[in-house]
Amino acid sequence: MTVTENDETIDGAERVRRRGDDAAVLRLSEAEAAMIGADPSASDDERVLLNMGPSHPSTHGVLRLMLEMEGETILRSKPVVGYLHTGMEKQAEQLTFLQGCTNVTRMDYASPLFTELAFSLATEKLLGIDVPERAVWIRMLMSELNRMSSHLLFMATNGMDLGAVSMMIYGWREREEVLRFLEKVTGLRMNHNYIRPGGVAADLPDGWQADVERLLELIPPRLEEYDILMTGQPIWRERLQGVGVLNADEALALSATGPILRSTGYAWDLRRDEPYLAYPDVDFDVIVGSYGDSYDRYAIRLNEIRESMRIVEQILDRMPSGDYRIQDKKVTPPPRVRIDESMEALIHHFKIFTEGFKVPEGEAYAAVESPRGELGVYMVSDGSSTPYRMHVRGPSYINLQTMPHLMQGGLIADGVAIISSVDPIMGEVDR
Amino acid sequence: MSDEAEIAEEATQENAAAASTRFGMLDAGDGVLHASVDTYLAGCAEARADGFGQLIDLTAVDYLTYGAPRNLPDGVEAERFEVVTQLINHSTRERIRIRTQVSVDEPVLPTLFDLWPGAENLEREVYDMFGIEFADHPDMSRILMPEEWVGHPLRKDYAIGSIPVQFKAASNER
Repeated sequence: MTVTENDETIDGAERVRRRGDDAAVLRLSEAEAAMIGADPSASDDERVLLNMGPSHPSTHGVLRLMLEMEGETILRSKPVVGYLHTGMEKQAEQLTFLQGCTNVTRMDYASPLFTELAFSLATEKLLGIDVPERAVWIRMLMSELNRMSSHLLFMATNGMDLGAVSMMIYGWREREEVLRFLEKVTGLRMNHNYIRPGGVAADLPDGWQADVERLLELIPPRLEEYDILMTGQPIWRERLQGVGVLNADEALALSATGPILRSTGYAWDLRRDEPYLAYPDVDFDVIVGSYGDSYDRYAIRLNEIRESMRIVEQILDRMPSGDYRIQDKKVTPPPRVRIDESMEALIHHFKIFTEGFKVPEGEAYAAVESPRGELGVYMVSDGSSTPYRMHVRGPSYINLQTMPHLMQGGLIADGVAIISSVDPIMGEVDR
Repeated sequence: MSDEAEIAEEATQENAAAASTRFGMLDAGDGVLHASVDTYLAGCAEARADGFGQLIDLTAVDYLTYGAPRNLPDGVEAERFEVVTQLINHSTRERIRIRTQVSVDEPVLPTLFDLWPGAENLEREVYDMFGIEFADHPDMSRILMPEEWVGHPLRKDYAIGSIPVQFKAASNER
């Protein structure tokens, strides 16, 4: 007997609970698929098994889809993942807590600072330390800028996938402006390793306010252009409205978070609902949709760029002064100038970067709202200087489960729009 | 049995009953619950009925080489694997973390698919990485590793492996 037979909580998610042939998820192994492919005449129906990817321009990296088609209509589908799997969770067990950020930052390469942040928050939870006020606000500034660059990248790829090819250039152009600032602060355009346990790696450079102000002036008119190019366009609306629809019950049942959950009209944003950093101190709105379709997901991301800019504006006025990392010798290396004059500082520096610092035993989970949803790190420490186990709850990986349900009954051309609107980052899916 | 021993035994039984339980699982405080393989599914169903409407995360830990003593409450017997399930109640903004001890001899847990279909890929990942099976799962197959892969990479006795660096130890023949 399964639990649902007696379950009194009947919700609108019956569709996603199906197990049989009427389910949206195609549950077929490679061997079975190969057998069907070898002899299509064996079955008497009109169904065709179609492979899409892993190297297809609209699959955002290396996502592969197994599609069961009837004519142009998708009946069932199976996302096949793992092509980028490099065992990053296993690798994290070999790296110290300080080195860990260089590892996790490579997971979600479109929004690397969020994974660093979740990793650092989990480590700090185990260490039982609070980072200085300025570090908190720097983290918030960098996260919001990274959210902007990530959503701008989505604008570019979503436009390209749907045939608005010039949008690819525009989205990339604006993202580059944001990345230029991130590069100035962290030294790298991507894979920053900037947010570390105990604070951030370096203070903001002189004149950072002017750079951020320039961004805040530059991007809003460009977003207006996007509105002209896409939001109000009949072709764009026709292409996205009513395509890939999910209701709130289904999104919750499938563990979906982020824009996918919010597009169904369900307002859930960790920044507001389980605040971390200094989010309670800034004003912003949680953007929700109402139809749960691809158009809502597009519009949510577009407007989240505007909300992020609103937050950045407030941070600009209220950035506190002080330390950018905790002054706790246990986790923080000495300042560079001290190394030249003090043997102890040199030893201290050497020990922190070779052996790392020990983290008390225990387990902790910390979550942040990444551009794709809840990004959490579950960390187990046995008291040594490397995590005993580090698990990342990747929003892309979990949101990918909605894809077959979004596609079921749709046309293959809409499939491309749906892949794009789920916005999976394969580095984080495969880890 | 003497009266004293009987009283003592009754007292321990009372203590065990008094140890707080929630949804039929042992409550260790801070939102951490300890379930056994038998109480896991019923406990999760009860939590869901109580408002924990979304499954946030499901993963596992292999405690084979854990350096420190296992810090588990009384009444929970440590096993090699621990499946960690995280649930969230959106209306009270409360989270619970259910830790379930799973033995290496019989690494089988019931699936949560019927409660939360979102468990499908998470359970497949745990199966792939740890070899813990989920009974009655609609598609218990590998997800990240190739289907024909042997072994479960995140187990602690799975070797890390390395590629030799070509010039590192090359002898100088001059």
